[in-house]
Amino acid sequence: MPLDRIYNEMIAADESVRPHYAAFADWLRETPPERIAQARHAADLLFHRVGITFAVYGEDAGTERLIPFDIVPHVIPGERWDRLAAGLRQRVTALNRFLHDIYHDQEILEAGKIPREDVNGNSQFRREMVGVDVPGGVYAHIAGVDLVKNADGEYYVLEDNLRTPSGVSYMLENRKMMMRLFPELFATQSVRPVDHYPDLLLETLRDLAPREVEGPVIVLLTPGHFNSAYFEHAFLAQQMGIELVEGQDLFVQDHTVFMRTTQGPQRVDVIYRRIDDDFLDPLAFRPDSMLGVPGLLGAYRAGRVTLANAIGTGVADDKSMYPHVPEMIRFYLGEEPILNNVPTYLLRKPDDLAYVLAHLEELVVKETQGSGGYGMLVGPTATREERERYRQRIVDAPERFIAQPTLSLSQVPTFCGDGMAPRHIDLRPYVLSGREVRFVPGGLTRVALREGSLVVNSSQGGGVKDTWVVD
Amino acid sequence: MLSRVASNLYWMNRYVERAENTARVLDVTWRMSLLVQEPRLKDQEWFAPLNITGTLFPFSGRHATVCAREVLHFMALDPENPSSIYSCARQARENARAVRGAITSEMWEVVNSTWLEMQRMTEEKMNARGISAFFDWVKERSHLFRGVTFGTMRRDDAYHFTRLGIHLERSDSTARILDVKYHVLLPSVKDVGGAVDYYQWSAVLRSVSAFESYRKVYRDVITPVRLAELLILRDDIPRSLHFCMRQTADTLELVQNQRSGECLRQAGRVLSQLRYGRIQDIFDEGLHEYLTKYLDAMQDLSREVQRAFFAPTLPE
Repeated sequence: MPLDRIYNEMIAADESVRPHYAAFADWLRETPPERIAQARHAADLLFHRVGITFAVYGEDAGTERLIPFDIVPHVIPGERWDRLAAGLRQRVTALNRFLHDIYHDQEILEAGKIPREDVNGNSQFRREMVGVDVPGGVYAHIAGVDLVKNADGEYYVLEDNLRTPSGVSYMLENRKMMMRLFPELFATQSVRPVDHYPDLLLETLRDLAPREVEGPVIVLLTPGHFNSAYFEHAFLAQQMGIELVEGQDLFVQDHTVFMRTTQGPQRVDVIYRRIDDDFLDPLAFRPDSMLGVPGLLGAYRAGRVTLANAIGTGVADDKSMYPHVPEMIRFYLGEEPILNNVPTYLLRKPDDLAYVLAHLEELVVKETQGSGGYGMLVGPTATREERERYRQRIVDAPERFIAQPTLSLSQVPTFCGDGMAPRHIDLRPYVLSGREVRFVPGGLTRVALREGSLVVNSSQGGGVKDTWVVD
Repeated sequence: MLSRVASNLYWMNRYVERAENTARVLDVTWRMSLLVQEPRLKDQEWFAPLNITGTLFPFSGRHATVCAREVLHFMALDPENPSSIYSCARQARENARAVRGAITSEMWEVVNSTWLEMQRMTEEKMNARGISAFFDWVKERSHLFRGVTFGTMRRDDAYHFTRLGIHLERSDSTARILDVKYHVLLPSVKDVGGAVDYYQWSAVLRSVSAFESYRKVYRDVITPVRLAELLILRDDIPRSLHFCMRQTADTLELVQNQRSGECLRQAGRVLSQLRYGRIQDIFDEGLHEYLTKYLDAMQDLSREVQRAFFAPTLPE
């Protein structure tokens, strides 16, 4: 993979505007800068007023911050997206097949395609789920697949998020904001709509109700309003017209889940949970969890309630499982992977470890269990001191790390300070799996606002952009 | 609907209503304070808002003297005072935030932007725009919130619990505002029925936006008995005790469940006393005594609402 040049989504190497950005570039040229400045200010105010904020961990409890929104969209040509979409469908389907297999016959291990210890020794492998049949064999109902485009103009999958991927509310709000601020942009070209996402999500959740009833009761389980993604939980529940519940609102009796209402207990069929496995049921997992519902696992295993996502999906999106995904696609679907994987070094392998330690300044090193951009080392931009500190951590427990070549994430022009400058982005499409696979075109584009930074996570100074799939 | 959500909606509205009514209490006190010229009684009316909201004790723990400036700050802006307008705005917003999925985006935007503005409010700013302008602002935000609720919310249980919060809180507040007059001394006995007395009663009327209604209903000078009749027994004055209790009782019928029998009974009893009561009997008993008893009954009713609808229902 060439690392030297950076792919600019809007401007080609010869300084010309790429065709799919032409309409936007025209608009940008013709619109007075004052109007744009005014609109950017209006966007800030609007996001604040509607309260689209997120809480930041490690700061004062309850701090709320706005995710910076940039008005230059990430534009993807329609036919390019269609190919991506086929790849996403293929990848998530294979991951679901893998999860079913791994909790049943483990054929892929039998066939020697994945080392047994990678699965059985994985802390995200939930023994409680072995032999449990989940409706439709679907485990990861909602998946967020992080994609980046490298200097070669090709997309690569950075990671699969199969637990409780967040951010989709920003995708929806960003679009709403752009249409409100710049309606003329949508009149001059055809941008594929995304606002039916909540309908697709509701259909997906309804597909998998454990009993045949006319209107299954579906709820969204949130850790509560101190959680960083609470805004999103409330937003989605409202958009779908389902109850937003906390652990204390639910109880289990005779392996059946009920919610406490002003009219007495009401049975619950499907729980879209935004709580990690560890906190779901204090009787089965962490006993100190105040967020979960005692007895939930029992009800789930008895097939009396559907959890989306299923318990135990973490074994498939773990960074040490990531290198095996292409093999899963070949094994379960008999197809060649459409989406590229980034070459990955597993540091528990002595050869890989030796190579990585010798090339730290070129590589990105991540914890296999990490998320949110915390605890990773970006070799080329880290100081010598940071690298040496990290080296010690690797040597102490190599099995906890993986390493990948530093990708040169593509860039999109972004407003910063007084002018516009290119900033690195990634893309997270959301893939819904029920009786069928559904998604809306595009996804959430995250942008690293600091110059040169490759970390797009909102907790680390990242912002967001609207994503347009144009025809 | 979820008990927790019902509870948040109910409290969200109680806090909005409470903020508005605290502004009204302070407004009436402020108006009265402009009337008293007797130096011996200077600032004595500022005991009234503390007395009727039951915050004299926490106030005096932190302030040496009772005067306009200190009481206004304590009741409007003090984050340490849980019943200050500031705290009410915060708690309304906290409750709203906990049930964002159950209220409309417009409702959320009003509560949230009120809180954002409230946080930027300082004593200097409050004085700069005029103390009455501040009270007007609080009332306007509350009006806006009610209007948005009325205009956007689906008529379901969530809406009913919203209304329950409004009317219970308001009936409590009107009783307290009526009682202000009891706590504000007249310069001397000969002033009873005099100009100061008259202006004080009319300040009470204006503070609950019932001055025009009084004129329309009685077409006569303001007397304490008629004023009390208007704000206690009339069922067509939206801040009267009778009106608020009728709304409360009606709402309770709409949301009733197997545990709410006692709740309905208590509401019905208070309502029938208001419906069939005579103002002369109330004055014979003593207005202050009557209002004290009424506030006790409101407290019992609130507790009963809590038990019937919001207490976690345990698995059978």
